Amino acid sequence: MKDELANRSLPMSDAMMTYPVTIRKVIWENDDTFTLTLDMNGTLGEFSFLPGQFNMLYVYGIGEAAISISSDPSRTGTLDHTIHRVGTVTTALSQKKRGDVIGVRGPYGSSWPLDVAQKRDVCVITGGIGLAPLRPVIYSLLKKRDEYGRIIILYGGRSPLDLLYRVELERWEDAKNVEVLVTVDRGDSSWKGHIGVVTSLLSYIKLDSRNTIAYVCGPEIMMKYTIDELERRGLPLDRVYLSMERNMKCAVGFCGHCQYGPTFICKDGPVFPLPRIRPLLDRKEL
Amino acid sequence: MEDLTIILRQHPFLRGLSDEHMQTLIGCATNVRFAENSRLINEGELANKFFLIRSGRVALETEVSGRGGIRIQTVGPGEVLGWSWLISPYRWHFSGVAVMDTRTIALDAECLRNKCETDAHFGYEMLKRLASVMERRLEATRLQLLDMYGITSSGVMP
Repeated sequence: MKDELANRSLPMSDAMMTYPVTIRKVIWENDDTFTLTLDMNGTLGEFSFLPGQFNMLYVYGIGEAAISISSDPSRTGTLDHTIHRVGTVTTALSQKKRGDVIGVRGPYGSSWPLDVAQKRDVCVITGGIGLAPLRPVIYSLLKKRDEYGRIIILYGGRSPLDLLYRVELERWEDAKNVEVLVTVDRGDSSWKGHIGVVTSLLSYIKLDSRNTIAYVCGPEIMMKYTIDELERRGLPLDRVYLSMERNMKCAVGFCGHCQYGPTFICKDGPVFPLPRIRPLLDRKEL
Repeated sequence: MEDLTIILRQHPFLRGLSDEHMQTLIGCATNVRFAENSRLINEGELANKFFLIRSGRVALETEVSGRGGIRIQTVGPGEVLGWSWLISPYRWHFSGVAVMDTRTIALDAECLRNKCETDAHFGYEMLKRLASVMERRLEATRLQLLDMYGITSSGVMP
């Protein structure tokens, strides 16, 4: 098992350099979450990233925020970032329109290790906006569908209207040997799907514990209970990968804002093999 | 009857149940199908059944004044619906609606309660299994109460 995850970063000399890019499209996924499609032709040259990596998006005069890249890694020319409007910078980003210019630097951080999933089943477990950093993984898996076993996508949201990428979720379900199960915390009588926490979806799938890799991303409390449930189902925990979330400033491990015990989420993560960070997950005030 | 035994043995709630206890249980069981949108149970009514879900999906809902029926949970294949049949005064706290065609094994509550009373080993076995379901549901409910997608996802990574 690889302990060091792939990390495609910029040369350090460029690491703090922000480039202006133009917003090509804004799509509102729900009331407070939107996807910015950025035109990458031009200043950044040939931009490439690995699934799970993030960029620092800069609203001039306001500040920067670390946002996962949520588009297909094989797509060239544009990049998607799906953003939850919660703070000053993300609110400012939410007010941007097509044609506006923002700053971008990146990509940063480790990626989801797809090589360890070859010939195995893959279980993607995610909740809320956690689907955004996993969307590039799903694109990558589907692009090379025959290299993997079953693909299982378990996704939980607050309500049916809060779900991200609803059209794509249906499209993924139609792909060969892909199971997509979606659940919400609450729904009205028009919702025919599952209601309950995302971990409850594990009881509806047959998980081959000897041959499955799990990628998990969502609120930390969701990931904690997901790990417990996977362990209960016999999945070896060295086959579980998580993406962690902390406030980031520099994105290159200088400032210490995202320090998590002995690791820096920006530089050593955000994707970690579970054994590397599990001892830290239950610690208070870390 | 033999077919019903096979069906019952396949249900996770009854996994590992002894032959003797299976024979005790089977006299209370019937195979029941529900069409989409039909009601299995009604809030406030007598809890006279206990359902093992074989396929399909059932939504638990409650009536909220001014908001209509609010769905709070679904149960699906391999799960069970209802424990009010075991706890006095044996009234459903929620309604259960089939959100798609649903196949169940319905267990007659009075029959089951009587057998639990007269055969303490069988009763304890049922109670242990139901307690495990209740523990999982309580844990899930606590997680739902946390509204974890609402309060913790900053949108800044991921």
